[in-house]
Amino acid sequence: MDGGVGYADMDALKATELRLGLPGSHPPEKPLPTTTTTARPTKRSLDEDRAARRETSEGGRATSARATKAQVVGWPPIRSYRKNSFQAMKATAEAAGLYVKVSMDGAPYLRKIDLEVYKGYRELREALEDMFKCFEGCKGSEYAITYEDKDGDLMLVGDVPWEMFTSSCKKLRIIRGAEAIRGLGSSQ
Amino acid sequence: MREERSDMSEDEDGGGGVEQKERWGPSHGGGGGGCGSAKSRGGVWTDPPPPFSDQVLENVLENVLQFLVCRRDRNAASLVCRSWYRAEAQTRGELFIGNCYAVSPRRATDRFRRVRSVVLKGKPRFADFSLVPLGWGAHFSPWASAMATAYPWLERICLKRMSIADYDLSLLAFSFPFFKDLTLICCDGFGTLGLAVIAEKCRHLRVLDLIEAYLEEEEEDEVVDWVSKFPQTTTSLETLGFDCVVSTVNFEALEALVARSPALRQLRVNHHVTVDQLFRLMVRAPQLTHLGTGSFGHPAALALQGDVMEHDADLVSAFAASKSIVSLSGFRDVASQYLPAIYPVCANLTTLNCSFAEITADELKPVIHHCHNLQKFWVLDTVRDEGLQAVAATCKDLRELRVFPLNATEDSEGFVSDVGLAAISQGCRRLRSILYFCQQMTNKAVITMSKNCQELVVFRLCIMGRHLPDHLTKEPMDEGFGAIVMNCKKLTRLAVSGLLTDKAFGYIGKYGKSIRTLSVAFAGDSDVGLRYVLEGCPKLQKLEIRDSPFGDPALLSGIHQYYNMRFLWMNSCKLSIRGCNDVAQRLPRLIVEVIRDRPEADDETVEKLYMYRSLAGPRNDAPPFVMIL
Repeated sequence: MDGGVGYADMDALKATELRLGLPGSHPPEKPLPTTTTTARPTKRSLDEDRAARRETSEGGRATSARATKAQVVGWPPIRSYRKNSFQAMKATAEAAGLYVKVSMDGAPYLRKIDLEVYKGYRELREALEDMFKCFEGCKGSEYAITYEDKDGDLMLVGDVPWEMFTSSCKKLRIIRGAEAIRGLGSSQ
Repeated sequence: MREERSDMSEDEDGGGGVEQKERWGPSHGGGGGGCGSAKSRGGVWTDPPPPFSDQVLENVLENVLQFLVCRRDRNAASLVCRSWYRAEAQTRGELFIGNCYAVSPRRATDRFRRVRSVVLKGKPRFADFSLVPLGWGAHFSPWASAMATAYPWLERICLKRMSIADYDLSLLAFSFPFFKDLTLICCDGFGTLGLAVIAEKCRHLRVLDLIEAYLEEEEEDEVVDWVSKFPQTTTSLETLGFDCVVSTVNFEALEALVARSPALRQLRVNHHVTVDQLFRLMVRAPQLTHLGTGSFGHPAALALQGDVMEHDADLVSAFAASKSIVSLSGFRDVASQYLPAIYPVCANLTTLNCSFAEITADELKPVIHHCHNLQKFWVLDTVRDEGLQAVAATCKDLRELRVFPLNATEDSEGFVSDVGLAAISQGCRRLRSILYFCQQMTNKAVITMSKNCQELVVFRLCIMGRHLPDHLTKEPMDEGFGAIVMNCKKLTRLAVSGLLTDKAFGYIGKYGKSIRTLSVAFAGDSDVGLRYVLEGCPKLQKLEIRDSPFGDPALLSGIHQYYNMRFLWMNSCKLSIRGCNDVAQRLPRLIVEVIRDRPEADDETVEKLYMYRSLAGPRNDAPPFVMIL
């Protein structure tokens, strides 16, 4: 298709991007540009779209790529009501609350992840390790992954079935150091 | 049943609104006749009351004139003489204001004293495509206030592209005890609180119709349960449309409302209403004629939990029992296994809007096969040319077709093409209105349509890629559009696209004698193009142009025309402040607005121009980014 920007540049650009989803797991993208007015996920082709809607969990829904060709505002002339409706439909289909904040003791800023993207605890753990590995270091590698549930209680990740976890998890917190060791009882 | 007003893309009766009646020449002569006292500049007659015999005549006249409904006829009648002017003003029941800034609310209410119904339009259409910055204007408040005192018997309000506050809705509800009918099209600024007040206070409400409105974003705890606010007794509701409301509604309250509204004929629910819930509503209201089906599926979360519709047969029987349904819409999240449930009503359908449903040709065919009486069909391009061929084969009485793109981007694949267009033109000879989004088109297909569909009144073709030529011959699309204006003698509205030279505009100017609305984007070579149109199209009312190489000379060539038009919009063309100033000075009753996205930029170039005739002078509510010359 229309590629104004070389792929080498795209890779360099992507490497610096904060993304949602497992790093390195984004699918090969169709270079579909997005409008410059809003940052919406790239619209996929018809077949991809329908496949995605059939299975609710889908790997690596990447954020919008930098446009390969600058889009103009308001072209093609579709009312934002219509554009928003498709977005809204997908949003309700994906269910609220699957984007959760992840905090780690000692880290200067939080991350946000989409739980729907992971198929289970192992993937989640790997993703979190990857995300926060820059903050490993002299503090040692003992940590526990906890989450705050609907009732506001701090729970250890891994005790309940995955679906139950994703529907009740409000935010994640990675506890490190001595506190974590104390908390760790049965094997994870 | 009222005429389908849901779109109002073509004003019935055309011609000017209120403002047309004032003389637009340099001399504002009086209405002639009688005592010879001239009309004051304010347009208010200031002479002594007429003698007795004249009064009798006026009474007779009023009795006759009240049968005149068409506003163009009324405008003409009001110009005959003072007596007729007065009689007409006293008997006009519906006030149509095509541009809310063309006349002040006070002036309108002073002249027309017995209005029961008001239609008011605000922002220019390109506001729908994010081209008009937020806060530009079109506030309903001043009109609401003026009408609250002037028209205590007001029954009906229809607003399009206006900014409405909850407070305004509240004012309506408290000021008009006989209020019956509220229709809001592409409006914004209000929320569920406003809806709640209307529901609660308007005890005679028949119509509450929200069409593509943008409600204010509300946090969960801000959302008001407006559906519960309707009177608990039997209501007089005939139409309830809230498919554009993004927040969930209290379903139990909705079901109970439907159950106690025996006059309900039109119900359009939003996408939060699942197919199970829809079934329950249909059971309560088998007398419906127009149904907006909401999601017609389930949110995925529900489906996961297995809480799906157990009895498909029930849904089919609900449709079978709804013998009066002639219009279906919604299908926001349609689960294709439910689509066949609508078969029982297909043969009666005159309107089918599945333009939010991503269905394929194979899913469409069995449905459309039953729809022999379809007149209006809105669909997504996911059905492809093949789907359109099926439509052409069955829907011989089709009058209006809209094909929307799933992926509204320039580079998207595009699933329909010239093949679909040609097929439609072969099968649907009575077509009057078409809106078609595609990526590939040929002159040949457009020419074919121009010959087959002689009834065309509205032709809007959007080739999404900019400057795309005929994809087979690689030539500009001039000949295609030329054929349309040449062959379709009834054409009043035209939207062009694709690669177009000045030649296309030459055709439009030469043959487009009935054209009232013209939309141009990324077209033309030079000023000559715009000149052709401004000099050649006497009936032109609304002209909207973007990203085309037309400059000041072209703008000036339309001086003779602008007082006859409702508005001219141009953005990203080649206009400069000087040219616009020139026009503003030569036409004192023309409001020339220059809209800057960045107020500080002191360029000579004019990024966005909006010009319109007005009796009200420059508006006093213009935001900082609007400069009125």
